[in-house]
Parts: sequence; structure tokens; C-alpha cells
Amino acid sequence: MWKRDESVKPATPPAQTPAAAPSAPVAAAPASEPRTQQIGRDNVNIGKSVIIKGELSGSEDLTIEGHVEGRIDLKDNVLTIGPNGKIKAEVFAKAVVVLGEVTGNVTASEKVDIRDNGSVDGDIASPRVAIAEGAHFRGAVDMQRAGAKAQPKSTAPAAPGQAQPQAQKVGA
Amino acid sequence: MADARSLTDLFGILGPRRTGDGATVVDSSVTQVTEASYPTKALQKFLGCLQGADNPLILDLGPVVGSNVTFFGEHLGCRIRVEDVAADIDRHVKEGKLELLPEYFAGRFTQAPGSVDGILCWDILDYLDRPAAQALATALCRLLKPDGCLLGLFSTAETREQVYTKYVVVDESTLRYRTYPALRQRQRSLLNGDIIKLFRDLRVTDSFLMKSKLREMLFRKPAARV
Repeated sequence: MWKRDESVKPATPPAQTPAAAPSAPVAAAPASEPRTQQIGRDNVNIGKSVIIKGELSGSEDLTIEGHVEGRIDLKDNVLTIGPNGKIKAEVFAKAVVVLGEVTGNVTASEKVDIRDNGSVDGDIASPRVAIAEGAHFRGAVDMQRAGAKAQPKSTAPAAPGQAQPQAQKVGA
Repeated sequence: MADARSLTDLFGILGPRRTGDGATVVDSSVTQVTEASYPTKALQKFLGCLQGADNPLILDLGPVVGSNVTFFGEHLGCRIRVEDVAADIDRHVKEGKLELLPEYFAGRFTQAPGSVDGILCWDILDYLDRPAAQALATALCRLLKPDGCLLGLFSTAETREQVYTKYVVVDESTLRYRTYPALRQRQRSLLNGDIIKLFRDLRVTDSFLMKSKLREMLFRKPAARV
């Protein structure tokens, strides 16, 4: 899944987009590949040098230490934004733990947990929300009553199997 | 014989010291960060007002308190929007633009008029001078739905402490007051009549004078006439 043949060439020659090189999609950034690793059987880590632009979906727990811009859909799994993680995306997951920075709306069917020094700038929809002392939050919280499930506005079903960062730029 | 500090404290009940040009002098050395629990009566009434509403929208004008978000969410199944007005005040103090606060509050809130079911105003009006307090109160009245309610706390004691207070909900009848440093101190206490004038579009449904030297007041917007 995250491992990829080193021989795969970037979709766009780096010379043509020098400014965009650091923020190129994962598929176009082979240098960052080794940083994206599978920690355990059901937990994937995106390292802090990785920058993803596009849609990220899957069926494994995911920890993000890098930058993600676009959309994250892990509706049956736990998403952890690590202390170095910076997310500018719509997030849909079973549970979301924020230790880094999130800009965008967060929808979780179980829980959103913003830890100390974590930051969320956007609206949260989840039946349970925990915001630690020292966390930053700006936005609205929508906590459905017990029994009501959060309904992510996901239109594209998650691919069965593993997380799949797609090489699509947001708005492209 | 009392020392200078004690005398200052003694005369402190008359209000903050003022310089010749009328500016208030704040002694930052008296700023303390404290935490204590006090009973509340208005909170229960506020919750009661919103109990029947379906997925009510609450506007919280204080800083983010995680446990409050959880409390209100679990009790009311509501949407909460946190708008930290204390941070707005501090920003204006830093920029030296306090006189622009009335204008700022007039356009501060992006919610549609009549779209908010409940407002947790806490004691933020105590930190504003009259024009800014009036501008904020007018904006809040406009946001409230008919039958919507607003919870306000007003200090009845003059204090020189330069702190804001986070009101942490312990349960329906207890609040924990957690202070933290502010760039502005409380202004002169608002009298009951002044408060009622500020919220002239609302009706006072409950008013409690607490031992914590706070007046807890619950306002409701009259239902629209058919």
C-alpha cells in the first residue's frame, strides 16, 4: 500500500514545478516515501516530511505527522493528527485525536479529542467531544444526542483494503 | 498601623485609582490566577429554557472550556459556537483601538438574526465601557430567536484585579471560577437598571444575587406575536 516501487517516476517533472515540489502529491514525491510507513498491522503513519494534496481514504487507523490538504475519509477508523501534523482538510473518521493543527471541518461518528496544544479551526460534528485545557478551538461544535450517528457527507466510498492517497490536487 | 498596601486595599473598595487625566491605573501585582467553586442558580434555568428545543444553537462568548462543550452537548444535544469576546477585547487593547469596539461588535457575529437559541454571555459586559456594552448587547438581542434565552453574570463588587474568569460548569448548580490574566480590568459595576436598559429588547425572567458577589440574570426574548 504505502510502499511503492522506487522506479515509479513522478507524474509531473519536478523541473516544471519547482515551487510546488515540496507540496506535490505523495505519488509524485518519491523522496518522502520511506517516511510513510506501516507501524503495525492496522496503523499507518505519515511522516512529517510528507505532503499530501488530494483525497485520503482507507480502512486502517492513521497517524499523520506531515501535511495534508484536501479531504480525509476514514469513516471506520481512528485518525490521529500528531504534534507535527498540519491538516487543511475536511475530515471524516470514526474518531479523531488532534495533537497538531487542523483547519477545516471535522466529522466523527464516535469522538473528537483535541489534546493539549492541539488546534482546530473549523466546525466539529461528533456525539462526543473532548477539548483539553490549553487546546485551541475556533468554530462550532455539533453534538448529536446519543443514538444519532454522525453522517459524513462522504460521496466516494472508501476503497476496501488500505489507505490510498490519491495524486489529485484539490481544486484541480 | 496599616502599611501603604493595606491602606490601598482599604480604599480599593471605592474603586480603582485614577490618574489626573482620568485613566485607570492597574496594579498588575495584584493579579492572581485562582480557582474556586460557587453555586449557581441561573444555569439550571438556562438549561431548562433550552431543554425542549431540537438541536439548539448556543453561542458561548467566553473562552473555550472543553468540559463546558461536553456538558452542554450531552445535556442539550446542541450545537455550540464559541466566540471568545475576551480575546477580542484583549486584541483591541493591544492595538490601542478600544474606541472601535462598538463598531466592531456591531458586525462581529456572522450568524443570521434570530438564529440562536441561547447565549452564554457570562460576565463579559463587565469589561466593556457603556457604548461597547450597548453595541454588544444590541448585537446579541438581534441574534436571539424569539423565546431564546441569554445568561449574563454581573459583578456587584468593584475589583481592581486584571483577570478574566472562565466559568467551568461542574454540574447544573455549580460553577468553578477559573481566573486568567487579562489586558483589561473590570469596568465600573453595572446597576440593575443599567443592565435592563442594555437588554431593553429582552425580558428579565430571573435574577439572583449570589454570595460570590455576582448577579446572575436570565433574559428571554419575547415570543413573536402572531
